[in-house]
Amino acid sequence: MSDSETKTLARESLSSRELARSNQNGGDRGLWRGVLRQKLAVIGLVIVGFFAIVALVGPILAPNGPTEQFSEFRLQGPSDEYWFGNDEFGRDIFSRLLYGARISFQVGVIAVGISAVIGIVIGLVAGYFGGWIDNISSLLMDVLYAFPTILLAIAIMAMLGNSLANVMIAIGIVNAPTFMRVVRGAVLTVRRTTYVEAAISVGGSIPRVMWRHVLPNVTAPLIVHASLNFAYAVLAEASLAFLGLGNKPPSPSWGSMVSSSYGFLQLAPWAAIFPGVAIALTVLGFNLLGDGLRDALDPRLRNENG
Amino acid sequence: MLKFIINRVLLMIPILIGVSLVTFMIVRSIPGDPVRVLIGFDQRATPEQIENIREAYGLNQPLPVQYLKWMGHILQGDLGASLRTDRPLTTELALRLPVTAELTILAAIIGAVPALILGVAAAMKRNTRFDWMTTAFTMIGISVPNFLLATLLVLVFSFELRWLPPVGYAPFTEDPIQNLKTMILPAISLAMPFMAILMRFTRSAVLEVVGQEYVRVARAKGLPQRRVLLRHILPNAGIPILTIAGIQVAALLGGTVIVEQIFGLPGVGRYIYDAIANRDYPVVQSVVLVMATIFVIVSLVVDVLYAFLDPRLRTR
Repeated sequence: MSDSETKTLARESLSSRELARSNQNGGDRGLWRGVLRQKLAVIGLVIVGFFAIVALVGPILAPNGPTEQFSEFRLQGPSDEYWFGNDEFGRDIFSRLLYGARISFQVGVIAVGISAVIGIVIGLVAGYFGGWIDNISSLLMDVLYAFPTILLAIAIMAMLGNSLANVMIAIGIVNAPTFMRVVRGAVLTVRRTTYVEAAISVGGSIPRVMWRHVLPNVTAPLIVHASLNFAYAVLAEASLAFLGLGNKPPSPSWGSMVSSSYGFLQLAPWAAIFPGVAIALTVLGFNLLGDGLRDALDPRLRNENG
Repeated sequence: MLKFIINRVLLMIPILIGVSLVTFMIVRSIPGDPVRVLIGFDQRATPEQIENIREAYGLNQPLPVQYLKWMGHILQGDLGASLRTDRPLTTELALRLPVTAELTILAAIIGAVPALILGVAAAMKRNTRFDWMTTAFTMIGISVPNFLLATLLVLVFSFELRWLPPVGYAPFTEDPIQNLKTMILPAISLAMPFMAILMRFTRSAVLEVVGQEYVRVARAKGLPQRRVLLRHILPNAGIPILTIAGIQVAALLGGTVIVEQIFGLPGVGRYIYDAIANRDYPVVQSVVLVMATIFVIVSLVVDVLYAFLDPRLRTR
């Protein structure tokens, strides 16, 4: 093991020990209390909650259809009837935003899910077995890491074809290495604890030990990482859509709304700004929530802030 | 020290081989026949002609052979030629790399200077209104997509104030003033997330050091605040900050794809985007490899600098 690994190991084992201690007095309820104690995290939680509700019921609330064209209102500014104005086809931007929330949310959930599954499986196996398995899988992840992420996502999109499902897969793949690192690091710590040794020595099978004893102990850093990663996935989907990848134009993806309105920026700036702000707010919400979760899970920070 | 550097360079080799393999496989699985790109989608060609072209470009050989040939050429400094223009990639890149390099370096400077100053200041004035404002600023900077920032900048500085052009490019050697005018908005758009991440990290790195005992000792023996900062805090906080800065500068490369597209800059990012859209596979495969290699080399340089600056690693 290299020195840097020993160092990170020492650091991680310290934090996980403190984590275990903090779990004893409060458990999950303690975690939520920790989140609620931080103002920024609460703001994040409210934004995320609002966004999730819009993604669920947005299409019911929307006054107009996402592709309905009101040609006499082309490039009209915000009005009583069309709160956020109309785009170059006269479509209601407010309604399109409500429909678009679902696309962003869907991509976020599924892309993070894909990254998490790939990262957790490889990270668990690599961290648990070590040796050449670890070397090979770490190398594979380092290789993926060596590409600028958006470039790799574009290349994967080119390979798989231009569709929303492939956007999710592409974002899922490019983000998998970060999950793998989080899980692998955490597993390395847990691997040497007495309870895992005990579980092995009473004859627990490897998958069982991993599932029942190792994985539950890496959930805390995973939740934090997933939340921050959700922010990244939403941002990546918007960027790909802005470049014209994923959703084809009539679809109300926020990123493609910004890009199709870009040509009319001077005439109708609201058509680009409203969807852009929607993206930024959503990403901000997940970033704040993820940060809050991390602070709540890290007792060292909690004491400092308290 | 030398051993350390050699070790790191050797570690690069499997990563670069992996990168080249992944690139090659992705590019070769892109659907669509490259021969159609060559003859143009609107042209008719007999099967015999198609076969001839295939032969001429070595496309009828098994994939492993094609890969090895490509690598052989790369190692000799031959990146191949574009299918569409037939121009060698080395000349194409010589035209475009300077644009992307200038954009990236400008963005790195625009981002790093305020990030370091404000990050240190926020840590020193912890829990004040100033600290709170920098935190809010970094959260927003991380969350705003660079195309939205670009949109807002164009709206304000190009359309409202009419100070800067919304699109276009002028080479530095021909018209330095115009060059900077076309570069400044893209560079700011690119720099924002970088600045936010670096500022945030600088703040926490400095905070980590401020809590150390040796800083308390330095204060206790009556050193003035400035001296404590310059002699004890910054040298120790600087090393991890440098690492993050290096990784993030490399990450700026990815952002150039979007920013160059918006502002119509003829750089590598835009070139590769067009090449993917056009199925110009030699361009895609070689340029992606070049970008990834730059990325890997930057992280190598950062690692070596890190070892150079940290005496604990140097003595080994």
